[in-house]
Amino acid sequence: MAYLELQNITKSFADAHIIKGVNLAIDKGEFIVFVGPSGCGKSTLLRLIAGLEPITSGKLVLDGQDISHVQSGKRGLAMVFQSYALYPHMSVYDNMSFALKLAGVDRQTIRQKVSQAAASLNLTQYLERTPKELSGGQRQRVAIGRAIVRSPKVFLFDEPLSNLDAALRGNTRVEIHKLHKVLGATTIYVTHDQVEAMTLADRVVVLKDGLIEQVGTPLELYDRPANRFVAQFIGMPSMNMVAADAVPSFSQLSGGRLPQDGFLGVRPEGVRVYPKGQGLGEPGRVDLVESLGADTLIHVDVHGTQLISRQNERTPLQAGEGVQVELDPSALHMFTREGRALHA
Amino acid sequence: MLKENLLAISLRTVFAWAATLLLFFPLGWLFLTAFKTELQAIHVPPLFVFEPTMENFGEVQRRSDYLLYARNSLITSLGSTVIGMLIAAPAAYSMAFFRTRHTRDILMWMLSTKMMPAVGALVPIYVLAQTAGMLDTLSALTLVFMLSNLPIMVWMLYTSFKDIPGEILEAARMDGATLWTEFRHVVLPLAVGGFASTGLLCLVLSWNEAFWALNLSSAKAGTLATLIASYSSPEGLFWAKLSAASLMAIAPIVVFGWFSQKQLVQGLTFGAVK
Amino acid sequence: MDRLLPRALMMPAVLALLLWMVVPLVMTLYFSTVNYNLMQPGERNFIGLENFHYFITDPDFWPAVWNTLVLIGSVIVITVVLGIGLALLVNEPFPGRGIVRVLLISPFFVMPAVNALLWKHMMMNPIYGVLANVWKFFGLTPIDWLTEVPLFSVIVMVAWQWLPFACLIFITSLQSLDREQMEAARMDGANAFQRFFYLTLRHLGRPMAVVIMIEMIFLLSIFAEIAITTNGGPGNESTNLTYMIFKQSLMNFDVGVASAGALFAVILANIVAAFLIRIIGKNLD
Repeated sequence: MAYLELQNITKSFADAHIIKGVNLAIDKGEFIVFVGPSGCGKSTLLRLIAGLEPITSGKLVLDGQDISHVQSGKRGLAMVFQSYALYPHMSVYDNMSFALKLAGVDRQTIRQKVSQAAASLNLTQYLERTPKELSGGQRQRVAIGRAIVRSPKVFLFDEPLSNLDAALRGNTRVEIHKLHKVLGATTIYVTHDQVEAMTLADRVVVLKDGLIEQVGTPLELYDRPANRFVAQFIGMPSMNMVAADAVPSFSQLSGGRLPQDGFLGVRPEGVRVYPKGQGLGEPGRVDLVESLGADTLIHVDVHGTQLISRQNERTPLQAGEGVQVELDPSALHMFTREGRALHA
Repeated sequence: MLKENLLAISLRTVFAWAATLLLFFPLGWLFLTAFKTELQAIHVPPLFVFEPTMENFGEVQRRSDYLLYARNSLITSLGSTVIGMLIAAPAAYSMAFFRTRHTRDILMWMLSTKMMPAVGALVPIYVLAQTAGMLDTLSALTLVFMLSNLPIMVWMLYTSFKDIPGEILEAARMDGATLWTEFRHVVLPLAVGGFASTGLLCLVLSWNEAFWALNLSSAKAGTLATLIASYSSPEGLFWAKLSAASLMAIAPIVVFGWFSQKQLVQGLTFGAVK
Repeated sequence: MDRLLPRALMMPAVLALLLWMVVPLVMTLYFSTVNYNLMQPGERNFIGLENFHYFITDPDFWPAVWNTLVLIGSVIVITVVLGIGLALLVNEPFPGRGIVRVLLISPFFVMPAVNALLWKHMMMNPIYGVLANVWKFFGLTPIDWLTEVPLFSVIVMVAWQWLPFACLIFITSLQSLDREQMEAARMDGANAFQRFFYLTLRHLGRPMAVVIMIEMIFLLSIFAEIAITTNGGPGNESTNLTYMIFKQSLMNFDVGVASAGALFAVILANIVAAFLIRIIGKNLD
């Protein structure tokens, strides 16, 4: 029996169907990431779980109990909001103890729990300050602390890193990961950033237009995407897509299994670019070379199709040069015209 | 480049100060005249240097019982503001946090009642007041002031409630707050500023109110507006006393106004200007 | 419970305003169709549209309408033009700017009654007033403002009071002017005049509309200044619609005619209010 179950959840606002039927089973202690493009419904789904919006139809079961119509505060969940949503007129201590105070917990216990959470987040010296006096990163930790103190059954994170600058984002991501290892709490984390999805998740749920496209571990999604959308959403730069009739010699590599109107997919690391005269691949032309230091990305044009190749070594190639382009036959993905993946 | 800026700033300073002093002059003159004797007040050419005296302030009180009128102004202003807030706050709260399809229309309708000319209601209100024997009573004035300002109070409280970020209220809900605890611990502390400026604005509007005060009251319930109006054609020399009375009547409000400029723009333009 | 609470909270305000709006309106409608004079409270016979006829054919009517239009129009033009000018002047920093802003806003908070008498006596008195002395200083004969140019005097008083309002609105609006847009224009070669015309003035379009409409609504009801200084005179030279209705109701005690006039004013105000509401509505969310 899963810890948290979403059964046929739908959500509509007047005529707009935001969530069109979601089924998901989450185990205790799992770190689940909802990821997808803007408007896919991931935040709405989170808010439905939190109880901030009512479910149009379907059931939500937590630890054996149907919480579909239970008030937010009584579901045993805690949420970290995108804008942190700290109480501006209360001190950090009061922010973190508010929920416990409302629940009637005695002062001793409150003090103990808050100090513990504050210590684990390096917030002890800021307990008497108000949110105004804190930096963005500190405020975010207070928001997390507020959730930890309640020892909830499930943690909900709504794009917590999107308001931080790039450097802080990397650090905080690592801290959240470590925190999860320590607390082992069931967590649902919403983000549009697939790097966060790949690094933090036990399992990733890819959403598009209110429906789940695929659920799996990060590497499962990377290696065996179920459709074109997932294939191109996960992985940076995106997987290259070649129409079946665009470059016949490439399509033949599939051994005839690729449908006439389908697509061949290959990740940048599966595309090799050789200077003219070397290698056996298709002739092409370099459009652009991006040297990132540890990686080099080469944009090539093969018979009108754009491909990106990734390699570890630096390259002497320049834009405009003729090259030979080869694909690694073991790294190919095949998709029907509708976008469904064909697995060997 | 630097010289150009210096010239621009100097010109700006000169013109700005000139315009300001010109515009402020009548008030400044009022201030000075309040401290002159009657003879000094009508001195030709006008006196800028003189020995100040406080006798006018006392005279005004003796002659026309300034304190009574001041008391009436205070009672009607405070009364209308307090009662108005008690009615407006729940309505604003409901519209800000329990929005429905009709919320916008109701709010617009409320604002439109403020835009109707008072003179349109003069006759009926006068007749009603007369029939009920409430002419020249403080209660009638307080009620009318309150109703005049109610739309503005609802509007301003609505905007200050709306300024509270929705996510903070959701966080409170997740923390287990009921409607009442949400209001008490989160909404109220954050809206205190809004309450203050709304109250201030309505105090100013009621205090300065002249139309209803002049038409519905005279000797007993007259406000400071009535008192000042009575100086329009008295006997003998009276400028210094008029100035003193005027100064006493306007000083608190002008000072209030200095502190609440921003809220006034919001309130009086119904938020149409940001 | 969920539906009941919001409605219950709104009830007192909605009821109060409903009564405040409907009761006088209905009574005014009724009164406008009867022959009712407060001096003869017994008699109240239905006379249909006769009151309207009487109101419109009153020799004061057209002058009052004209005066109202001139009054509102002049004050609006003065306050908008000078308001923008002052706002531009005060928009950039200079020494003493804080004090200037405080002083500039002051006339708006002065009671209309005080405003009226301040000007009537201290400023405009033809013998002892400040303006009279200024005129004499330049060797000119002082003007008896309230008798020679009564409407103009009222315009001066009202404009003086409302100029700070317009100024404050424009200052607020100027603060949200996009600096980067200005700099881009400068780099495109626009000179100061062009920048003002195409960018600043355009930006001020909305607040101008708001100022004009708000002033139209409030200036329609100008009363205290006229009642306390000129009493609408000499004759009807400074009578506006509001004062005329007031005269009918509380001086002639002819409630019927006054009500007819009041309806007229209400309709006028409604038209302006409709436009203003549209602008506010757009800004609501």
